[in-house]
Amino acid sequence: MSAFWCIVRRDLRLALRRGGDSVNVMVFFVIAITLFPFGVGPESNILARIAPGVIWVAALLAAMLSLDRLFRDDYDDGSLELLTLAPLALEFTVLAKCLAHWLTTGLLLAAASPLLALMMNMDADGFAALLAAMLLGTPVLSLVGAIGAALTVSLRRGGVLISLLVLPLFIPVLIFGVGAVAAAVYGLAARPHLMVLGAMLLAALPLCPWAAAAALRLSVE
Amino acid sequence: MTTMHRFANPARFMRYSARILPWSGWSAAILIAVGLVWAVFFAPPDYQQGDSVRIMFVHVPSAWMALFVYTAMASASAVGLIWKHPLAHLAARSCAPIGACFTFVALATGSLWGKPMWGAWWVWDARLTSVLILFFLYLGYMALADAFDEPARGAKAAAILALVGFVNVPIIKFSVEWWNTLHQPSSIVKLGGPAIHVSMLVPLVIMALGFTAYFVTVLILRVRAEIVAAKLRVLQIAEVDRRAPAPADGAVSAD
Repeated sequence: MSAFWCIVRRDLRLALRRGGDSVNVMVFFVIAITLFPFGVGPESNILARIAPGVIWVAALLAAMLSLDRLFRDDYDDGSLELLTLAPLALEFTVLAKCLAHWLTTGLLLAAASPLLALMMNMDADGFAALLAAMLLGTPVLSLVGAIGAALTVSLRRGGVLISLLVLPLFIPVLIFGVGAVAAAVYGLAARPHLMVLGAMLLAALPLCPWAAAAALRLSVE
Repeated sequence: MTTMHRFANPARFMRYSARILPWSGWSAAILIAVGLVWAVFFAPPDYQQGDSVRIMFVHVPSAWMALFVYTAMASASAVGLIWKHPLAHLAARSCAPIGACFTFVALATGSLWGKPMWGAWWVWDARLTSVLILFFLYLGYMALADAFDEPARGAKAAAILALVGFVNVPIIKFSVEWWNTLHQPSSIVKLGGPAIHVSMLVPLVIMALGFTAYFVTVLILRVRAEIVAAKLRVLQIAEVDRRAPAPADGAVSAD
C-alpha cells in the first residue's frame, strides 16, 4: 500500500509546486457564483433561495474544469504508461490520483462553500448540511470525473467532450446535494439526502476506478 | 456460448440478416399502420383526457424503446468488451442514433401531451428529467465514438461509457415510484394486472411490437451498411497500394 501513498504524495507535490491550477479552480468557483447576483439581481431573499443550487452547480463546473489535468500531464510525458506497467494495480493508481485530485480541488471547494453561502445570504441552518453534502459529494465528482478524463485522455481535443460525458453523470450528486441543503433550510431532516450521497460515494469508490482503469488501458495501448 | 460465437461472423451475419430483413421490415410497416389507424380512429377517448390520450400510443412505445435500445446497446457493448467481437461493437454503435431518436420522440410527444394535461410544455419532474439525461447520454456516446481516429478504439471507449451510463436506466424506470411526481406511474406492468382497458391496451401493444420491429429493421440496415463501408475501405486501400507500390527500404520515390 506504500506505492498508493507514494502516488498520492507525488500528485500532491506536483499540484503544490505548480500551485496555479488549484487556485484557478477556486477563483473560477468564486467568480461563477459572483455572476449570479449580477444576473438575477441583488435581492437577498431571491439569492438566499437559489444559493444551494448555485453553489452546487458552480462546484460541479469547477470540478469538471479541473478534470482534464487528472491524467493529461502524465499521458503527455509518458509516465502514465509506466504507471500502467507498475506492480500496483492500475485501479489503485486511479484511486490514488482521484484522492489527490479531491484534496486539491473538492476539499477546497467544500471548505469555501460556507463562506460563499454567507455571501449569498443563505439561511444559517443550512451551513452544516452544505458542508457535509459537499464533503460527501465532491469525492464522487472526482471519481466519476476520472472515467470521463480517462476516456478522453488520448484525444487532442478532449476538453469539451469531457463535459458532454461527465455532466449527465454528475446530476444525481447535484439533486441530492441541493436536496440536503434545501431540507436543512426548511427545517426538515437533511440526513436521508446525506445518506444517499454517502451511498453514491460508497458505490463510486470501487466501481469508478475500475471503469477508469479500463479506459486508461485502452488509451495507452 | 459457441452458438453465439457462430453469429459473430460478419459473413454469416450478412447472410442471416438479409433473410430477416424483409420479415422485420414488413411487420414493422403493417404493425405500425394497423396500430396507428386503431389508435386514432377506433380506440375510445379517455373519460378525463378526451382525445389527447391518443398521444399515448406513440409516446409510451417510444419511451419503452428509448430504454430498451439503451439496454441493448449496453449489452452489445459488454459482449464487445468481454469477448472482443467487432460485430457487437458495430451493433452497439448502430443502436445509438436509433435510441436517441426514440428518446427525442418520447420527449417531444410527452411535451405535446403535457401542454393540455399539465398546462406546461415542460415540467422538471423526475421522469422527464431522467429521460432528458438519457438523451444526453446517447449524445455523449455518439460524440465519444466519433472522436477517435481509429474506429476500433472509439468503439471500445464508447462501450465503457455505455456501461457506465447504464446506471441511469433503473433510475428512469423507478423514478416515478421513488419520487412520485407529476408523471403518472406505470399502468401496464404492475401487480394485479394492467390498469388500462383492453380496448386501449391492444393498439398500444401493437404499436410497441411495431416499434420493436422497426428498431430491428433499422439496426440490421445500419450494421450491414457499416460492414459494407468497412469492406469498401479495405478495397480502396488495396487499390491505392496496387497503383503506387510502397518503395522498398524506406526510400522516397520521385513519381
